[in-house]
Amino acid sequence: MRAPKWLKIERRPVPSGRTIFTVSILAILAALVVAGIFFQAYGVSAIRAYQLIVKGALGSKLGLAETVRRAIPLLLCGVGLTIAFRALFWNIGAEGQLLLGAVAAAGVALFSGLPDVLLLPAMFIAGFLAGALWGLIPAALKARLGINDVITTLMMNYIAIYLVEWLIHGPWKGTQMRGFAYTDKFPSAAMLPLIPGTRIHWPTLVLGLVLAVAAYILITRIRQGFEIRVVGENPDAARFAGISHLKTTLLVMFISGGLAGLAGVGEMAGIHGMLRSATQISMGYGYTAIIVAWLARRNPLAVIVTSLLFGVIMAGGDVIKVSLGLPFQLINLFNGLILFFLIGSELLMHYRISFSFGRR
Amino acid sequence: MGWETWVIATFSRTLAYGTPLLLGTLGEIYAERSGVLNLGIEGMMIMGAYSAFAIAYTTGNPWLGILTAAVVGGAFSLIHAFASITLKANQVVSGLALTMLGLGLSGVLGRGWEGKPLPAPLGKITVPVLSDIPVLGPILFDGQNMIVYLTILLVPLLWYILYRTRIGITIRSVGENPATADSLGINVGRVRYLCVVVGGILAGVAGGYLSVAYRPAWTEGMTAGMGWIVIALTIFAFWNPAIGMLGAYLFAALYHLSFRLQPWVSPELLRAMPYAFAIVVLIAVSRGTLQKRMGAPAALTLPYTRGEG
Repeated sequence: MRAPKWLKIERRPVPSGRTIFTVSILAILAALVVAGIFFQAYGVSAIRAYQLIVKGALGSKLGLAETVRRAIPLLLCGVGLTIAFRALFWNIGAEGQLLLGAVAAAGVALFSGLPDVLLLPAMFIAGFLAGALWGLIPAALKARLGINDVITTLMMNYIAIYLVEWLIHGPWKGTQMRGFAYTDKFPSAAMLPLIPGTRIHWPTLVLGLVLAVAAYILITRIRQGFEIRVVGENPDAARFAGISHLKTTLLVMFISGGLAGLAGVGEMAGIHGMLRSATQISMGYGYTAIIVAWLARRNPLAVIVTSLLFGVIMAGGDVIKVSLGLPFQLINLFNGLILFFLIGSELLMHYRISFSFGRR
Repeated sequence: MGWETWVIATFSRTLAYGTPLLLGTLGEIYAERSGVLNLGIEGMMIMGAYSAFAIAYTTGNPWLGILTAAVVGGAFSLIHAFASITLKANQVVSGLALTMLGLGLSGVLGRGWEGKPLPAPLGKITVPVLSDIPVLGPILFDGQNMIVYLTILLVPLLWYILYRTRIGITIRSVGENPATADSLGINVGRVRYLCVVVGGILAGVAGGYLSVAYRPAWTEGMTAGMGWIVIALTIFAFWNPAIGMLGAYLFAALYHLSFRLQPWVSPELLRAMPYAFAIVVLIAVSRGTLQKRMGAPAALTLPYTRGEG
């Protein structure tokens, strides 16, 4: 396809931080405008919807708290995904890895019989390992047999969902709540402290922030992080330099799956206090985290900002869901649109586009 | 249950469930053969399912619904084509975005349609005489619908086009070596656009089949990961429509046979089976030398820019 004469597209060497920022903001705004058109088509005033979102998510202490609470799992999953995406491992399975973390946390909380002080640490460790295991399966399949990572990680999500359903309908079904598919409530020693008056389980938040910094250091300062980037950016060079593709893939998915698992522990010990239906535990955190990581340009530190942004969208989405009667799937609409405009704008970032009329 | 009824039930359900899988796989084979990976099948399918139901419900004509699904699926795929071919965006991310968009949009639009039964679903056909053939008759010619047959007819047609015609050579060369194709005067972008849209149309029809024929109703997220299984089947098929047919029906058969385990295995775990199968299927074809001989199109997921390829 040839561009018309008046349009000139030149390759830009490396986009500056400011360009990236501006283009990203424009992409999000464009997505919001298009989503607004859908709102109007649905018979809901777009302006009113956005007013409600902003007011609901940012306008009150409670709204802000809900935004942060939503951002916690997005932060943990998103940081993990930046690591996987750096190695160009397409981990679409944070959702399932989160659920496995939740399952492990519930298992420890309900059945381990550990002394109170050890309970929470054991839940976090078990959750990390369970999420990591769920991530290592697709990693091994890709590194050893060359099996497509997108499909396996996705299939593992569905398997995780039905694993949770099976547990809460079958072997782990609680005795306290008759008729409902829940496990029993966790003992109080298995619950995380909250910031009073909110649902922010701050230990998970702190853990997420620390891990974001740690992941940044890993990627920028440590040899393994360098290897991860080489495998992602130039697999041939990686092979030539003797970097093990297998080890690197397993490492990134151990971390990525593990962090998603931690997010699952946080939701269990901070919010729910019992294992329940998968859609209630996660509401698509693992999928939204893909956009969180992509918007952050695979930079773990930037995930702190982008996870908060999507925290706003999720918390605001809750508000308009209730007050305007819009379905939960709305969040997917937002996500899809934002993602499209983001990747579409990537061309804008790497190319300078200028218009020239008349003589050149 | 006598073995005869058992076989008939299993195979006729296999045909019914395998049809949307096969439709989607055929479309994805064409898109990928031209070098474009479209992970948006799930999104296009669900949009097809929603639009087919809405139109079939309001007009009372299921075929109009299927037609709409084809148009909507094709139109939806254009978004991915534009992002990945014109804007040269990352195809994995663009496809994911398409799936999210489809799930989100159909969820929002389809809110009011939930739980309504379709008064006039796609008719079931009983072919006289042929349906009297023992065993084979009831499987193939009793109670299936037209799309099941059309899909089967599509397989040799699409196979023939891909391997025995100029169009097919063009498509495959664009997917294997776009620079050479370009130098031969082939418009790489246009071929890829067309193949992606073919994929979208077939995925749309597959979705429409679900909501007006297979289970004539609309439920949010009713494709339930079928679009992802299609991606797995495309790999299993080595990008060949004929093997795609085998794969789709084999998969559907395994799916139904797994429900025979119901007395011993809990229903929740049985529902996880298709997803586990998809992984097993990929493991099965990853071994051996076949993969090397019949691998993926060389330029799959690579955008083409003249002078850079």
